[in-house]
Amino acid sequence: MYAQMVKSEGMKSLEEMSPEERAFQERVDRGEKIEPKEWMPEGYRKTLIRQIGQHAHSEIVGQLPEGNWITRAPTLERKAILLAKVQDEAGHGLYLYSAAETLGVSRDELFEKLHSGAMKYSSIFNYPTLTWADMGAVGWLVDGAAIMNQVPLQRTSYGPYSRAMIRICKEESFHQRQGYAIMMKMAQGTPEQKEMAQDALNRFWYPSLMMFGPSDKDSVHSAQSMAWKIKMNTNDELRQKFVDETVPQAEYLGLTVPDETLKWNEERGHYDFAEPDWAEFFEVIKGNGPCNEERLGARREAWDKGAWFRDGLTAYAEKAAARRAASNVAAE
Amino acid sequence: MPSLPDAATPDVARLAERAAAAQSHDPHIADVALKPAFFDWLCRMGDNSLILGHRISEWCGHGPVLEEDIALANTALDLIGHTQMWLGLAAEVEGSGRSADDLAFLRDAMKFRNLKLVELPNGDMAVTLMREFLFDAFHYELLTALTKSSSPRVAEIAAKALKEVSYHLERSSDLVVRLGDGTEESHARMQAALNKVWGYTGEMFAADAVDDAVAEAGIAPALADLLPLWQRTVAEVLDEATLSQPEQRFDAQTGGKQGRHTEHLGYILAEMQFLQRAYPGASW
Repeated sequence: MYAQMVKSEGMKSLEEMSPEERAFQERVDRGEKIEPKEWMPEGYRKTLIRQIGQHAHSEIVGQLPEGNWITRAPTLERKAILLAKVQDEAGHGLYLYSAAETLGVSRDELFEKLHSGAMKYSSIFNYPTLTWADMGAVGWLVDGAAIMNQVPLQRTSYGPYSRAMIRICKEESFHQRQGYAIMMKMAQGTPEQKEMAQDALNRFWYPSLMMFGPSDKDSVHSAQSMAWKIKMNTNDELRQKFVDETVPQAEYLGLTVPDETLKWNEERGHYDFAEPDWAEFFEVIKGNGPCNEERLGARREAWDKGAWFRDGLTAYAEKAAARRAASNVAAE
Repeated sequence: MPSLPDAATPDVARLAERAAAAQSHDPHIADVALKPAFFDWLCRMGDNSLILGHRISEWCGHGPVLEEDIALANTALDLIGHTQMWLGLAAEVEGSGRSADDLAFLRDAMKFRNLKLVELPNGDMAVTLMREFLFDAFHYELLTALTKSSSPRVAEIAAKALKEVSYHLERSSDLVVRLGDGTEESHARMQAALNKVWGYTGEMFAADAVDDAVAEAGIAPALADLLPLWQRTVAEVLDEATLSQPEQRFDAQTGGKQGRHTEHLGYILAEMQFLQRAYPGASW
């Protein structure tokens, strides 16, 4: 998931559409995949670039809160698993930037927008990882919330995005399991470990609910994205599904979800739960979360300090190409 | 019931048992006279991988380009995997009930047996890559020789690690060439990195009584035999990279293998061992 509040272009009815737009919409309605070189409405292209770009940025910024614990992982096995997981996230970033490139935007352009603040990444990565239990909570809750959104996106209308999602989902479900395995160890461990596990749940519960974005029942943007099948469910549907699946998992761990109003609603067949603090969410989105500065700062620094490295490789590639060309000329 | 069972733990434990039962018989493991040297030598193998893996993992999420983030994490992951095997065997040889994790997380600096080279701070990517290349070139020759070890267990680990280390050497030498022969700045950085770490490389070939004992038992090669192979690779790569081999001594900095380290190791361990030290006996 990792794409929040993506603005899409205005919605038109079939009657208002041009013949091209109508043919496009009918293909989407029939469940056909749209491929890079095919005609697509400009709004579809722009919305997808925003959404895929934001998702890609989230993957790479998302390396940081977990990367924070690699050097402190408590066993060799946990260290190896965490490294593999963070590496997967960089790989997801790579698939997604590649998918975005098929829409005509380069990875460097997207990076520039991330670094300038013109594009966002998921709010969740602006929260700190304070104890080892957070590695459990991030896998269990954050990857768990991401999966809710990403599983349906495997069926999204844009071919490259859909294929990237299929690969990503395979790895994400493993990530969630490893997170839950950490939580089980902690919840069944010493009193200190259990305290860490509960504290991690307390801190990550509401930020995880925020990952789905504010209610979009009446949002025009959401309606258009859903018509284009680049958004498959409303934010509220996904949030409800997440709560319904996660609460029994917390109970199994013997941990308490930090929501006194949480209650099974027999009539609805769902849990009733408290909304997160949306004022906090908007502050985090604006850049005032606990770690916005560190996260974006770390990415900018990595990019700026890496300039000589990238330039060096480019210069070598140019020299090597010139040498090849010269030796070809000599051979002729 | 949660829809998400504890997938890993029991299966992993069962698999580990099965793998242990299938392991080759190794007469060296029960050789009492050889034990202190064999144990020490295995710690050297494991600690080099662990500490270099730790250093490289510090880059996670901070690499100069996304492909490097992936490659660096992958290299660190390989090295941590090798650590599990080498320290696992060290623990078995020691036979006093310690595990690979005990060795990694509960020994203090003077008991660590890694080369000083691998504990040096990352610096910029030039230092990180040059340090890795100079180690990879040695590691590759060492593991190649170890695949013919008289210890079947050592040979098995070496064969597995060699596949990955072949790739490490391919990548690091390729990048040393490209950056050495890249821009003026990348060339200057690579040369400065080479000058900085050069004096730490000789320790790889400085044999002591431990190296002699395992060489005599046919477990490991004589380190002196690896030196010309390493020198050839290094000379070829540096030449292609348009870098000059420093004139200073290459063995100015030694002692890591005997537990006399740089000041950097203490901080690595303080960070790495924090949880195991703060919560003794907890299971993670």
